[in-house]
Amino acid sequence: MRRVVEAAAPYLFGLGALVAWEIAVRLTHTPPFILPGPLAVGAALVQDFPRLFPALVFTVGVTVSAFLASASLGLLLALVMTSSRWMERSLFPYAVILQVTPVVAIAPLIIIWVKDTRLSLLICAWLVAFFPVVSNASVGLRSADPNLVSLFKLYGASPLQEMVWLRLPSAAPFYLAGLRIAGGLSLIGAVVAEFVAGSGGDRSGLAALILEAGYRLNMPRMFAALLLISIVGVLMYALLARLTALVLCNWAPTK
Amino acid sequence: MSADPKPLIAVEGLCKVWPNGGEALRDITLALPSTPQFLSLVGPSGCGKSTLLRLIAGLERPTRGTIGWPSAAAPAIGYVFQEPTLMPWATVFENVYLPFKIAGVSRRASRDAIMEALRGVHLEDAADRYPRELSGGMKMRVSVARALAPRPKILLMDEPFAALDEITRLKLNNDLLALWEALGMTVIFVTHSVFESVYLSNRIVVMAAGPGRIAADLAIEAPYPRDEAFRASALYADACVQVSAALKRAMGEAS
Repeated sequence: MRRVVEAAAPYLFGLGALVAWEIAVRLTHTPPFILPGPLAVGAALVQDFPRLFPALVFTVGVTVSAFLASASLGLLLALVMTSSRWMERSLFPYAVILQVTPVVAIAPLIIIWVKDTRLSLLICAWLVAFFPVVSNASVGLRSADPNLVSLFKLYGASPLQEMVWLRLPSAAPFYLAGLRIAGGLSLIGAVVAEFVAGSGGDRSGLAALILEAGYRLNMPRMFAALLLISIVGVLMYALLARLTALVLCNWAPTK
Repeated sequence: MSADPKPLIAVEGLCKVWPNGGEALRDITLALPSTPQFLSLVGPSGCGKSTLLRLIAGLERPTRGTIGWPSAAAPAIGYVFQEPTLMPWATVFENVYLPFKIAGVSRRASRDAIMEALRGVHLEDAADRYPRELSGGMKMRVSVARALAPRPKILLMDEPFAALDEITRLKLNNDLLALWEALGMTVIFVTHSVFESVYLSNRIVVMAAGPGRIAADLAIEAPYPRDEAFRASALYADACVQVSAALKRAMGEAS
């Protein structure tokens, strides 16, 4: 019984908050263009679905491609950097510079330079998401047990054998942790870039829809779009957490 | 020790100085006969026992002096570290397969050798399990099986049982002796336990620290096989007193 209550606790809390929200909005007669109640948001979600769904597909498309680009290019860059000290010394400062420069500040430039809106958004989102992958994967590639490194040396392993059979598997927990961060960041990057780009005709995503809804004081639609963005973020995280658990199920709980 | 015209290992005037100027070993000269020997290196911490082992394994380069293999070109070496040093992402079988994998031998061709090594450490039923499912003693057994599977001529062990509890350690000592007698190889066993070294070895080299050098070279003449009765014998007690005295002298010299 206790366990049932414990499992249901977050849902009950959420439901309670929604009910309180709806009651508060009704009691204070708050107009929907200031704060819509959850029922109005739900109605907007259903009514505006034909507009919301393509925007959702667009944003998810940009987010997922930026994530995949971060995951692959980030690992590649980490491999290059850990292969030689010189490479790391030369490249890492620029990776840091790209990371610390706010994406809002470079997004306008990228949007001007790159003709294709979708591609420019993808680049912005990638710039936000790739750094945790690179830095985590680099740490991971260097984290192989020194005794195992000795053992590989003792048995005369080639650098490629050592990379594939020792360094890459040793890096997996670190890399996966980087991916979990990158998942959320690629969504944030995609949304921020879209805000900067504004609504670009019919091919635009949820953030552009939020902007447009804001101009029109259509708060229920804005909230509906916001809700969808949150759901995408949560799903992304849950999927990556599941992947991590799946890959690392046989590893020691610590180390 | 009578001079052997063709020893297995001939260490001549070996010195090791670290890049920071610290002197790890000074003028080590040591010959191991081609007949299987169980040699223990005993000494205070910091006397360079592990460094000597790493030098013999070829994992470090000597600053001066040579390590020669007069009876054969550098023979196969097995190495067991203080930690089990297993790959957490691989099954017991895959861990023991590592030396063969690096050498390019297929799983099928090495299967018999791997299973025999696992039988030797009483883990034939654990082949498909992962390290996290094993106790500390079992992990150490896997580590020993991995070192023995390719049938090395020389087994180097760096305080392999130091982290285990007393009961597990005694059991592993007996298993190790049985394997040593069955396989006919030379073992160099680093330990800081006088009792462990006397129980196992037929030769004990006592080292002194600061810089690491050989302080005494003692033969333990008790016959094999040895069992718990040996621990109660006068011979065992005498040898322990002798080695302890040598160790005390060695530590007195250093301070």
